Amino acid sequence: MEKQKKEHILSLLVNNKPDVLARVAGTLGGRGYNIETLCVDATMDPGISKIILSVIQDQATVTKIEKQIIRLIDVHSVSDLSKMETVMREMMLVRMRLTERNKADIALIIDTFRGRVVTMNGDNCVIEITSTKEDIDKAIESLKPLGIDDMARTGIVALERKK
Amino acid sequence: MFSLKLKGSQIFIKALEQEGIDILFGYPGGVLLDIYDELHRSGLKHILVRHEQGAVHAADGYARASGKVGVTLVTSGPGATNTVTGIANAHLDSIPIVVFTGQVPTPLIGTDAFQEADIIGITRPCTKHNFQVRRVEELAKTIQEAFYIARSGRPGPVLVDLPKDVMASTTDYEPLPPREKELNSVPKAASKKAFYVLDLINEAKRPLLLTGGGVILGKASEELREMARRTKIPVTSTLMGLGAFPGTDPLWLGMPGMHGTYYANMALTHCDLLIAIGCRFDDRVTGKLDTFASKAKIVHVDVDASSINKNVMVDVPIVQDCKTALQSFNQLLAEQNFSVGDEQRKAWFDQIAEWRTNVPLTYCNSDAVIKPQFVIETLYRLTKGRAIIATEVGQNQMWTAQFYPFDEPNTLLSSGGLGTMGYGFPAAIGAQLAFPDRLVVDIAGDGSIQMNIQELATAVQYNIPVKIAILNNGFLGMVRQWQELFYEKRYSHTDMTFAPDFVKVAEAYGLMGLRAEKPGDVEAVLRKGLAHPGPVVMDFKVAREECVYPMVRPGGPINEMALGREMAN
Repeated sequence: MEKQKKEHILSLLVNNKPDVLARVAGTLGGRGYNIETLCVDATMDPGISKIILSVIQDQATVTKIEKQIIRLIDVHSVSDLSKMETVMREMMLVRMRLTERNKADIALIIDTFRGRVVTMNGDNCVIEITSTKEDIDKAIESLKPLGIDDMARTGIVALERKK
Repeated sequence: MFSLKLKGSQIFIKALEQEGIDILFGYPGGVLLDIYDELHRSGLKHILVRHEQGAVHAADGYARASGKVGVTLVTSGPGATNTVTGIANAHLDSIPIVVFTGQVPTPLIGTDAFQEADIIGITRPCTKHNFQVRRVEELAKTIQEAFYIARSGRPGPVLVDLPKDVMASTTDYEPLPPREKELNSVPKAASKKAFYVLDLINEAKRPLLLTGGGVILGKASEELREMARRTKIPVTSTLMGLGAFPGTDPLWLGMPGMHGTYYANMALTHCDLLIAIGCRFDDRVTGKLDTFASKAKIVHVDVDASSINKNVMVDVPIVQDCKTALQSFNQLLAEQNFSVGDEQRKAWFDQIAEWRTNVPLTYCNSDAVIKPQFVIETLYRLTKGRAIIATEVGQNQMWTAQFYPFDEPNTLLSSGGLGTMGYGFPAAIGAQLAFPDRLVVDIAGDGSIQMNIQELATAVQYNIPVKIAILNNGFLGMVRQWQELFYEKRYSHTDMTFAPDFVKVAEAYGLMGLRAEKPGDVEAVLRKGLAHPGPVVMDFKVAREECVYPMVRPGGPINEMALGREMAN
C-alpha cells in the first residue's frame, strides 16, 4: 500500500435527508480525518444527493474511510474519483477593491484565468473564476497583492469521464 | 381490504407485535403517555426498570442470550440521554437492539423545550442507525426498517425517536408485508476463496482458528465445531466469542490476549496459518501489532468489510457472514473427503501440549482467605457449567473468562468492547426473562454492582431469580492491579472499602442476601443461593489484592506475559 499522503476525491450518492451530511462528516471527523473540501447538491433524482469531498490521506486510510462511509444506511455508493479519469473544477468568487492603479492588472488576471466580472459597484467588483484547484490557487496568489477584499471557493466538483 | 384509522401510539404497538416482540424494558415519562396508555391495554410484557441505562442493558442481555432483538422504551430528554452508555455498549459489541425514545412534539423540537434532547445528534456515532419519525404515516415503515437494520448484516443498536404529537395523531393503517431482501447479501465470489483456504490448510504445519463474537451473532457455532474438528485445527476465541466452541474440547486453547492463556498467546505468535472468523482484532487481543501472528498467513472472515485490514493486514479477506462462510467451507471439506492424519498435526499438538503443561492456567488457592478464582471454579462445579453467566467489567470479568469454561454460545454476557461497569446485572435480568427456567448468574465486583444496583427493585418486583455473586475485594480491582504493576502501588482513588453492607442492601430491597467470609463458606453460600427460587445477592469477601494473570503489558507483544506477581515487577 502506498504510504504517501495525497488528495483523494470521494464521490458519494446519499439519501437527500436532513442529517445525512452530519453522518458522513461525523464518520470522518470522529476518526480524526479532516475534510478538505466539500460540495453537495441534489442529483437528477431529488431524493438522492451527491456529496463530493476531498481528503488528504494515504491510500490505506482512504480505503478505510470508504469502508466506514459505505456502512452508513443512507449512503448508496462511494467512489474514489482520483483513481479514475476525472474532470475536476472549482469555482471562486472574489471581491476586489478597485483603484485606478490596479484595474489593468486585475483585468489581465481575469483574462489569463478566463474569469469574468460578475458585478461592479463603484470602488469594488466581484470576479468569478472557474478552473482547476491549482489554477484557482495561482489566481489567488496573483490577485493578493492587488487587494482582495473577500473571497469564497466552492471546493472541488468532479465527474468521471465516460469512455 | 379496508384500512383502519389508528393513532400513532396504536400503530407503535401493532408494529412491535408484527416484529414478534413480546417484551420490552422501559421507563415512562410525559411524552410517552399515549404509548403507555396503549401498553396498558396490550398483551406486550413491559418490565419497569429503575434507570434507563438498566433498560438498555437488559434489552442487550435479552438479545445476547436469545439471539433475538431486544427492545427499550424510554422518555425524552434525560430518559433518552440515560440510554447512551447502553447504546454505545451494544454498538461496540454489535448487539441487535431497538431503542425507542420519546421526543417533545414536533413544533417544539429545537426550542429547548422541557425535557428536550437532540438524541438523534447525540447517538449518531454510537448507533448503527437512528431515525426521528416526523409524520405518523412513516411510523410503521420506520419501525420495520429499524428492526431490520438492527438484526441484519453486522447487527447493532438502532434508535427511533418518537415525537409526542406523532404518537397522538391518526392515520390509515395496514399491516406491512414482511421485508424480504436482507442487507449485505452474500457475494457469491467469496465461496471460491474456500478452495484457496483449503490449500492453505493443507500446506500449514501450525494452523490456528481465532473466533469472535461474529460466530455467536451469526449463529454459526455448529458450523465452527464441524470445521474445527474435521480439520483438527486448535481454537482460541476472543471474550466475545466464548462458548461458540466448547471450552472443554481438547482442541480448545482458552482466550488469547492481555489476560489470555499462555498457550493461546504462544499459539497465536507461532502459528503459520491463522483463520480468523467473526472477530475484529481488538487491541486487547492482538497486543503489539508488529509481532501479532507475524509468522502466519491470515485468513479473515467478517460480515463487515470495514473490519478487514483495519488493525491487522490479512492475506485472504472474506466478506461474508460466518455461517455462510463456514457452511460453504464445510461443504467443500465434505466434497473433497477432507481428512487430516494424526501425524500431520503431531508436532503442532505436541508443542501446544508442552506450552499447556509448562504454564497452565492456574492460581494459588488459600485456606485463609477466599480467592476470587476459587469462587468461580466452585460456581462452575455446582452449575456443571450450564448456567448463563453475565459479568461486570474488570477482574471479575477476566476471571470468569479464565475459570468458567463455556460450552454453549449465548451463555456468556459480557461487555467486551466498551467495558461498561454496571452492565452485568441488568443484562442478567434480560437473559433471565428470555430463559425463565435457566439459572442466570451475574459475576460482579463490588465496584461494578454499585453502578446499577437500583435494578434490585426490578428483580424483586417481577421475581426475576437472578443470582448475583459479588467478588468483593474492597477495590476497583483491575485499576488497582494496574496501579500496583505500573504506578508503584499508589492506589489513587481505587479503595472502595467505603461500601454498603450488600447483604443488608439485598434485604432492604426485599431479596435474599448471603455472605461468605472464609473459603469454607463458599460452597455452602453458593449452594444455598443457587437453590433459592428468587433473586439473591451473594457477597464473597475475597483476597483484596489478587491480580489477574497471565498479563500482557498494554501495547506489549502477547508472547511476553507476566505469569505472576514476581514476574510482573
